[in-house]
Amino acid sequence: MSHQHHIPTKASLFAVFGALMVLTVLTVLVSRVNLGYLNLPVALAVAVTKALLVILLFMEVKYSPKLVQVTAAAGFLFFGIMILYTMTDYLSRNMIGVAGR
Amino acid sequence: MANGSHAHAAHHPMLQHHFDTLEQQQNASLLGMWMFLVTEVLFFGGLFMAYILYRWLYNASFHEASHELNVWLGLFNTAVLIGSSLTMALAVRASKTGEKSQLVLFLILTLVLGGIFLGVKVVEYAEKFTHHLVPGEHFAFHDAALKDGAQIYFSLYFAMTGLHATHMILGGLVLLPIIVMAQRGWFSPEWYTPIELFGLYWHFVDIVWIFLFPLLYLM
Repeated sequence: MSHQHHIPTKASLFAVFGALMVLTVLTVLVSRVNLGYLNLPVALAVAVTKALLVILLFMEVKYSPKLVQVTAAAGFLFFGIMILYTMTDYLSRNMIGVAGR
Repeated sequence: MANGSHAHAAHHPMLQHHFDTLEQQQNASLLGMWMFLVTEVLFFGGLFMAYILYRWLYNASFHEASHELNVWLGLFNTAVLIGSSLTMALAVRASKTGEKSQLVLFLILTLVLGGIFLGVKVVEYAEKFTHHLVPGEHFAFHDAALKDGAQIYFSLYFAMTGLHATHMILGGLVLLPIIVMAQRGWFSPEWYTPIELFGLYWHFVDIVWIFLFPLLYLM
């Protein structure tokens, strides 16, 4: 029984740091190129990748109990619901001529 | 329970009576911390929601206003904060392997890097004041047609980076006693829950910045 905690190697933690730094420089370089409407999705894709690296490997969600994994995912799920429902409201208001828009 | 007689004989001083084992206790703490972080996701989430909406409504203003920020200071601070996440992860590792001097060293490094981040933030904020970019009576923007949107942008800039900086200041204040506890040998590979939970908080604050940097500096 007792503790079977995951102990990462130092090398693996430095590798995560390296990947995060490479992605940071990448997102700055890409922002200098005009991709029109694609700039935002590309920047967000890089940011989500970085966040996943931190969540899974630095915060060790990858090695955490299932209940913790579900809880962490739920937080971001509800954040997504907030954005989705709010934006579908705002984006569709001028389609049907609602007063106040 | 499974290690019955042994657990009873060597009762760990940090094991509270309503838990069977240290592992069960630690898992409960871990879940509680994540519940708190979920509320934090939604706390910051409200501001991100506002950013998304106003960016959609005032796209040109936001684009122009974001050029007022110093990308290099932002990039430097991103590197500093990711570096502090690395030292924090190394501190959690050291607490698991029982390397006390390394644990103290990495916790102090985390605090120092957090301090550097806040120092750069002070420089950036001061710049906004001298350039009349603080929302309010004295707000000035080079393009009058984009001024209203630019003011909303800077309102969100100060609200989001301000809430983030507040989290870092509070984190630093919590880190101080943890460093003292580590120095005095409170933590062992059997019990290091405060280190682990503080690490989760610190990494969460890092994640917020990972999104703030591109949205505020690079768009």
